[in-house]
Amino acid sequence: MKVMITTRGDFVSPRFDLSPEVLIATYYDQELLEEPRSIIVSDVSAETICDLALKENVAMVICGGIEEQHYQFLTWKKITVIDSVIGPYTEVLQLAMNNTLKSGIILPGATSKEVAS
Amino acid sequence: MKPESKLHISPVFSELLNAIPHGIAYLDTNLCVVVMNRFLEIMTGYSTAEARGIYSEFIFRSNLGNKNQMSREVLDRGEAVSVDGNIINRQRKKIPIHFTLSCLHDEQGQPAGFLIVLEDISVLKSVESKHQGLAEETGILGHSPQMAKVFELMSVLARTDASVLITGETGTGKDMIAEALHESSQRARQPFIKVNCGALPEALLESELFGHVKGAFTGAVTETVGMFRLAHKGTIFLTEIGDLSLPLQVKLLSVLDDQEFFPVGGSKKVKVDVRIIAATHCSLRQEVQQGRFREDLFYRLNVLHLHMPPLRERDGDIRLLLDHFLRHFSGKLGRGITAFTKKAIDVLGRYRYPGNVRELRNIAEYSANICQGKKVGTKDLPQYLFQAAEESSAKAPVIVVPPMVSLSREQAQPMAKMDGGWTGIEKEMIVDALRKTGGNRSKAADLLGWGRTTLWRKLKKYKMA
Repeated sequence: MKVMITTRGDFVSPRFDLSPEVLIATYYDQELLEEPRSIIVSDVSAETICDLALKENVAMVICGGIEEQHYQFLTWKKITVIDSVIGPYTEVLQLAMNNTLKSGIILPGATSKEVAS
Repeated sequence: MKPESKLHISPVFSELLNAIPHGIAYLDTNLCVVVMNRFLEIMTGYSTAEARGIYSEFIFRSNLGNKNQMSREVLDRGEAVSVDGNIINRQRKKIPIHFTLSCLHDEQGQPAGFLIVLEDISVLKSVESKHQGLAEETGILGHSPQMAKVFELMSVLARTDASVLITGETGTGKDMIAEALHESSQRARQPFIKVNCGALPEALLESELFGHVKGAFTGAVTETVGMFRLAHKGTIFLTEIGDLSLPLQVKLLSVLDDQEFFPVGGSKKVKVDVRIIAATHCSLRQEVQQGRFREDLFYRLNVLHLHMPPLRERDGDIRLLLDHFLRHFSGKLGRGITAFTKKAIDVLGRYRYPGNVRELRNIAEYSANICQGKKVGTKDLPQYLFQAAEESSAKAPVIVVPPMVSLSREQAQPMAKMDGGWTGIEKEMIVDALRKTGGNRSKAADLLGWGRTTLWRKLKKYKMA
């Protein structure tokens, strides 16, 4: 399966429409088929990223906050969208490969331990 | 115990935050969420329990720059900042927000935390966009507070079906406003009929408005439906309503009251469903006082009143309109003219535009045609602008010019501006000509290029005889 994760730094980008980068990964049977590649988005907008997802022919988009219209567009294009994901993209990708990633998941990487405790 | 922890456990603090009708979050110095009020929980879709300890940017998902850039600047500088932006919440809804970011300090003056207030401004934005949309659709430009009021009133007037009276000086855009009101009303799909009441003689106008039957008068070989019936279910726009004759005013009043009338020469009543928008450049109230306009019709038309401000009273709109029309004509002529020079703008800014937007549009068209370069300079502007400017700077009172000073006709023209408009100019020309000819009317008429009768008529008209 080919997935696209909208990223910023080491994390899933908080907003789909403001993601400066996307990560494209292809896996099969919980194994990466190739080294994930990063694409820098030239003209940052939700439309550009939607176009990119279609161009790359991904089956799943993993992102943070996304507007309803773009969510509907992607699902209409038969792309599974897992949104409101908070956490480092490596762990997110691992969960996606294990088929345990859910919308709205919050992973520990984005938490300040000091306050949480 | 850290101050944020103290606050976090204090139920009074939480209750205090909940009492405020805006989204409020208290963050620690790492910009992680400590506590959010109920309002913000609903706004973002995250509960405090879920969000606690998480970097706020992942919870709020705002557009205030990467990695809480703005919040970090506020923390560094210690000064509160207010800024407009938006968030995308968990329900995938983009909400326009007015953010207020402020840094909290401890007893030693060290940053102890961070308070962020999120005010939902979606209602405000929707009203703004409605106004802007209306302005863009109709092609009426204006950013001045005076025009903002007009746009605001227009959106209200468009929703009603009552008669509207539009007043304003010539060239202020009364026709455009009327059309815009029709286009944004429920009658938008129906016809919009414009009738100029000053353009036709009374007999013709009656037939034009109400139609006539075959044989109603000599030459009425066919039946005519008239503008009122053409505008059935739509809007009829009566411009220059002040020029309507008194008998027609009576008939119009009865149409307004009963929504029915007899066509000229007809014996069968015709029922129509028409919204009336009337416009005039003169003061109808004054016309009523002078007995030239029926009081009852005035009150019937003046249900909703919209006054178009003259261009000289619209702060900042002159520049906006100049740029707009210059772009328009430059594009149309394929000239590539980009702007006005500073000197040209100074001259244009000082001018009073008695012809309002229509005159400004003509100035821009003239400049776009004359200008040979990339920028419109003072030499590309109509000459009368400079005469007016000189006049206003000289501030010479027209009436007290001593008799021995002899002025040529060309010089006399700009002097007359005080009285306003052509009337003043004409008066001054007459005074000047009479002065030059020592009061000889025949010679003065020759000098002006008029007949003696014309001069006599004008003297009478201006009460100078």
